[in-house]
Amino acid sequence: MSEYARPETLVSTAWVAQHAADPDVRIVEVDVDTKAYDEGHVPGAIAWAWNTQLCDTLRRDILSQERFEELMSASGITPETTLVIYGDNNNWFAAWALWQAKIYGHRDVRLMNGGRKKWLSEGRELATGKPTVRPTNYRAHPADLALRAFLPQVQEAVEGRSAGLVDVRSPQEFTGEILAPPGLPETCQRGGHIPGARNIPWGRACNEDGTFKSADELRQLYGAEGLDGTRPVIAYCRIGERSSHTWFVLKYLLGFDNVTNYDGSWTEWGNLVGAPVEREVAKSSARV
Amino acid sequence: MTMHAEEFQERQVEVAGWPVNVTSYRLGAEWHSKADNVSPGANLVRVTGATRDEAEGKALRRAGELLARTRRRPA
Repeated sequence: MSEYARPETLVSTAWVAQHAADPDVRIVEVDVDTKAYDEGHVPGAIAWAWNTQLCDTLRRDILSQERFEELMSASGITPETTLVIYGDNNNWFAAWALWQAKIYGHRDVRLMNGGRKKWLSEGRELATGKPTVRPTNYRAHPADLALRAFLPQVQEAVEGRSAGLVDVRSPQEFTGEILAPPGLPETCQRGGHIPGARNIPWGRACNEDGTFKSADELRQLYGAEGLDGTRPVIAYCRIGERSSHTWFVLKYLLGFDNVTNYDGSWTEWGNLVGAPVEREVAKSSARV
Repeated sequence: MTMHAEEFQERQVEVAGWPVNVTSYRLGAEWHSKADNVSPGANLVRVTGATRDEAEGKALRRAGELLARTRRRPA
C-alpha cells in the first residue's frame, strides 16, 4: 500500500490526545457554527465558526489577509504554531479553514483524520470550558492565488478543455434534480453542472469512521474519472467548502501539483446569465 | 469539566423520501442527537433530550420538516 503524498498534513485522534496541550500546537474545531463545540470539544481546542469567522460577512469572499491575521492573532497562533483543525461531517468545514490557512501561507497546518465523529465514537475526553488564549501578532503571507480558481479561469478551462473539472456535489445536485443539498435552502436559479465536469461526491474520499480512504483507494477513485494529476484540476461544489475537502485530498493526499478550489462554485455559475449548463452524466471519462 | 461521549450510535433511516443519518450519544445525563442528509452529508439539525428516543425523535421530526421542503425537478 502506498503512502499519502504529504502524510504530515494529517494527524490521528491519538496524536491529538497526546499533543493537544503542547504549547506549540493549537487545536481548532471548525463547523458551520459553534453549536457542536459548545456541546463538548477536544480539551484545549478553540472554535472557529465558518459562517462568521471564515468568510467575509459583507461581500462574498474569503477572509482578507488583514482579517485572517486578526483571527490567527486572537487565536494565539504564531507562524511557527502547528495548527490542527478538525470538525464535524468528516472535516467538511475544517478543510475550508485549512485551505485558507494555506492560501495565507501558514507553514504547518494539519487535519485530524476522522474529525469530530471519530473523536466522539472513540469515547475520547471532551471539555466544555474554553481555554485561555494569549493573543499574538500574527503576520500572514500575501494570498497564494495558485490555490484558488476564479470564474474567468473556470470559463477558460471549459472553453479550452485545459483543466479537469471535478464537481463534488451529490449526484442529484449534479444532474439538476435538486438545487441544494436536501433540507437546505435553494441558492441558485438553475440546476445542473459546468460542462465537462466529472461528478465525484466529496464524501466518497472517506471511510465509514470519517477517516480518509487509503492513497491507493483515492488514486483509483479519482483516476477512474481521468483525474491523475497530469493536468490541472479545478474542484467545485455549491459554495466552495465541500470542494476544499476534495482540494485537500488531491493536493496533499495524492500530491497533485496543480489543483485549485473554485469557491464561487455552483452558486456563482448556476446564477450566471448565459453560462452553459449540462445536466447529463458523461458516459466516458476520457475527455477529462 | 471533562466528559466522554457514551453509547455513540449511528444509523440510517428514510425521512420524507431522503436517506438520513441519525447519530446519538450521551454526554453526562443529556442525550445528544443530530441528523444529516446522507448525500451529500450536510448537518440538518442538532438537538438534546432526556433519553435517546426523545433526542432522536426531535432530530428526525425537524429533519423531516426541512427535507419536506426540498423540491425535486424533472430531468
